[in-house]
Amino acid sequence: MNEIRVQSPGLLTTLQDLGRDGFGPLGVSASGAADPISLRLGNLLVGNPQGAAALEMTLLGGTFLFPQSALIALTGSDFGAALDGQGVASATATNVSPGQTLHVGSTRSGARCYLCVRGGIVVKPFLGSASTHLLTGLGGYEGRALRKGDVLRIGPPVAPLPENRPTATAIEQLAPRKLLRVTPGPQNDSFPQPALHAFYTSTYRVAEDSNRMGLRLEGHPIMREAGGEMITEGVSLGAIQITVGGLPIILFVEQQTTGGYAKIANVISADLHSVGQLRPRDEIRFEPVDWETARSLLLAQEKLLASEDTLFK
Amino acid sequence: MSAAPAEPVQFKRASDRSLLIYFGHKITRQAHEDVRRLLCLLELEPIPGVRNLHPAYCSLLVTFDPLQSHHDRLEKILLQYIGRLDKVALPEPREVEIPVCYGGDYGPDLIDVSSLHGMTPEQVIALHSSSSYLVYFLGFVPGFAYLGGLPEALVTPRLATPRRKVPFGSVGIAGNQTGVYPVSTPGGWRLLGRTPISIFRPERKDLSLLAIGDSVRFAPISPTQFAALERA
Repeated sequence: MNEIRVQSPGLLTTLQDLGRDGFGPLGVSASGAADPISLRLGNLLVGNPQGAAALEMTLLGGTFLFPQSALIALTGSDFGAALDGQGVASATATNVSPGQTLHVGSTRSGARCYLCVRGGIVVKPFLGSASTHLLTGLGGYEGRALRKGDVLRIGPPVAPLPENRPTATAIEQLAPRKLLRVTPGPQNDSFPQPALHAFYTSTYRVAEDSNRMGLRLEGHPIMREAGGEMITEGVSLGAIQITVGGLPIILFVEQQTTGGYAKIANVISADLHSVGQLRPRDEIRFEPVDWETARSLLLAQEKLLASEDTLFK
Repeated sequence: MSAAPAEPVQFKRASDRSLLIYFGHKITRQAHEDVRRLLCLLELEPIPGVRNLHPAYCSLLVTFDPLQSHHDRLEKILLQYIGRLDKVALPEPREVEIPVCYGGDYGPDLIDVSSLHGMTPEQVIALHSSSSYLVYFLGFVPGFAYLGGLPEALVTPRLATPRRKVPFGSVGIAGNQTGVYPVSTPGGWRLLGRTPISIFRPERKDLSLLAIGDSVRFAPISPTQFAALERA
């Protein structure tokens, strides 16, 4: 079986697919790619099923040796990659010759870059998914971030090679945003009008201690009249909870499955991948949208991804 | 057999892909059983497009694929399910005993908790291990059981500063709750002891030692027994 040998892992590189949904009753969150749009795009480029397992690199990429030939695509943020010293374009299927080394540098835009390889990366799935769940040390490659010396196995291709590449327009329209669109959270009503106003007009900064479990935000604190904690309930992906101190936390892919803080809003499905590209110190704002808008934005995004005519011209 | 939900059911949209169902807004056994019945029914007869279920004290969060379903349609179907809850028979609760080595390095907060309540450590151990606790639901992290039934005399506030790392298997109390940490995480609960047995077991078919509705007791063991069970 063909391999990828990890010569240096980068800052935090994990194996991810589209996650394991359905284990909420056990307290297991879905995990999966922080920017699933980029993962899907990368897999489309190399002719994989959209949910094939790939490498998710964070802020600083790694160095990977390919002993055999391979077809790869780098998607998501531009980390300035080079193959034996030759620059590799983002969002382009690239042939790798046996013995070549891919060096992925540090980010020039957002938080995450995906390395997809034709055939996908193969591991024993945990609960039906190859995604790494870092908190519990489960799934992915031995349940952890990659280390120097790890050897990844590449699976056999399961579909014919695509002939074209995504159009610039499609990629542009799928690019991450810093103005996150949100729907009202289940406790939206428990926040007084001035608090809601502050939330929707303030700029928030992503804190350093943000990760795949959640993004902590710094900025204008949001205060509620009634006491902070409520009866613990299930929390959804992208929920924006307000902690006792009034600062928001966006619950993310490796989130806790239940929680006791009030949720003021929830990032819409079409903008979740944008959350995955946020870096510490990035500045973001929130824009309220109605349920119908949230739905039509997601439908438009899926259309863009599903339509080969739009993507591959 | 129990009647239909005591409180009118309330729906709340949590996100563009999830819906909360509230059986009242109090932690009661009735609400817990309603949550369990609905969970049970949804697991037996899955609704197309539903992706995940998150039970809690008196609510159930239903997550769906927004390309396949939407809130209104789901509410309609769920109302039909809720109308049938009185026909769902819950299994007899399982009795699960969890061995715990109290105090020392296993339970670094036992002494503090004792002095806070003017008790001896032995009294705290006796009280904590004499109750039977109900698993309201699993959540937060994999396999973590929200246990109800902590004796009033043991109700204790959380630590002012959470620990950076609580070893897995630690048994703690916070407010009127008690629980076992299945994995090592940061945590603010006061630690009374530690169990040598695995709470979350990814290698087994039944991943979690505990399940919603179980009845749990803690059985005090010695450090020698802890070591023996840990090796087993």
